[in-house]
Amino acid sequence: MPQRTPLYETHVRAGARMVDFAGWEMPVQYAGILEEHEAVRTRVGIFDVSHMGEVIFRGPKALEALSRLFTNDVGKTVDGQAQYGCLCRETGGIVDDVVVYRRGAADLLVCVNAANRQKDFDWLSGHAAGADVQNESDAWGQLAIQGPLAAQLLQRITNVNLSAMRTYRFANGEVAGIPCLVARTGYTGEDGFELFCPAEATPRLWDAVMDAGRHEKIQPCGLGARDSLRLEMAYRLYGQDMDDGTTPLEAGLGWVVKLDKGEFIGRDAMFRQKEQGLARKLVGFVLTDAGIARHGYPVLQDGRKVGEVTSGTKGPSLKTSIGLAYVPPALAAEGSTFQVEIRGRPAAAKVVKTPFYTHK
Amino acid sequence: MEFPQDLKYTREHEWARKKGTQLVIGITDFAQDQLGDVVFVELPEVGDQVKKGESFGVVESTKAVSELFSPVSGKVVEVNDPLADAPETINEDPYEEGWMIVVEPTDPKELDALMDAGAYKAFVEEQE
Repeated sequence: MPQRTPLYETHVRAGARMVDFAGWEMPVQYAGILEEHEAVRTRVGIFDVSHMGEVIFRGPKALEALSRLFTNDVGKTVDGQAQYGCLCRETGGIVDDVVVYRRGAADLLVCVNAANRQKDFDWLSGHAAGADVQNESDAWGQLAIQGPLAAQLLQRITNVNLSAMRTYRFANGEVAGIPCLVARTGYTGEDGFELFCPAEATPRLWDAVMDAGRHEKIQPCGLGARDSLRLEMAYRLYGQDMDDGTTPLEAGLGWVVKLDKGEFIGRDAMFRQKEQGLARKLVGFVLTDAGIARHGYPVLQDGRKVGEVTSGTKGPSLKTSIGLAYVPPALAAEGSTFQVEIRGRPAAAKVVKTPFYTHK
Repeated sequence: MEFPQDLKYTREHEWARKKGTQLVIGITDFAQDQLGDVVFVELPEVGDQVKKGESFGVVESTKAVSELFSPVSGKVVEVNDPLADAPETINEDPYEEGWMIVVEPTDPKELDALMDAGAYKAFVEEQE
């Protein structure tokens, strides 16, 4: 029996096409992926992301404990700041990629991927080191309001001053009278917000944002557009571009690994990996031949398999075929060329700088 | 959902329409709806042979790849080349502008084995 978010009925009533995603019955699309994608790039879209999990660290040991579990330097954040990073095993393998919301040094909310709710909670609470670690995933609903018009729309229904809020900052306040954590974060590459609210209030919050957003022609969006938007930004997707067997360094997430911040789980392994050099790297590529690369397609050089595609699509805002792939370091530099095997035939590909999409 | 009366249908959601001795082939309204936005199409070339029940190309949506299965065996005599640059035509007009190939069938009787509109409609309703 798949799990459902508090918005299941809302999606079905609105005519969304529902699919199973990591054990969750979620909308894959409403109006169509391309239309939804375009709406977020040019106006504003709303996503149900209530399937994401929330694990809370509380108590005097909270910051210290989380710091030992997290690759980024959460100790350098201030209250009201969010930070992206990874949870790693001793091997450096990625347990999950998460966003930490520092409500206080003794109160941090870790937003985890839906598929990893239980795994992450087990991992985090198993290394609690004196912190009080709670899985509050079922108590929270979560909406993402994303796009260039998100701020103007949201400002009309919230008492939080959004113009004073920078990217990756958040505040507690009310949206349409509902208590929310309002964060300027997202997974689309556009300006936008993520609203964390009490689970039972999620349908009311959705309706209030949809109602207020009529002026901006707000578009409900499904997981399909969420995926194409994130891939145009080369944002990694856990379980597809990385997993317990890959390290953040291999996944191109070295920028969120602070090896000099002090002890944390996975640090030694990654330190060694950095010294010895990586065996493979995740790169962004475009296909210069026709076709679309997909997860699992082989990467070829001189007819031999040297890597694998982890994500691929035709970027709706780009009109080109893009993807992420693990390749040997010798093929990782911008401008390097290789082939992607598509249905038995090689298609030429070229490594490019990411994000694929940049604002006009 | 449309099910034109003058077409024959496969269980893989292709349609075939008689044009003289030849057959025009495409995918159904149901198929395009299930796929979502089509962003890429790969079709055979004129002169290629296609075989009944075997793949003659693929359509890809933003999310997924789907094979196209030929309703009959025969030789490809025409290909809808504009689809390469405008694959969305398949979503917009699956039964007319979104046609894919024209085949000269080896055995015209193969067409009789396909479903008519009523049978296909019932088949689709069963799937939903």
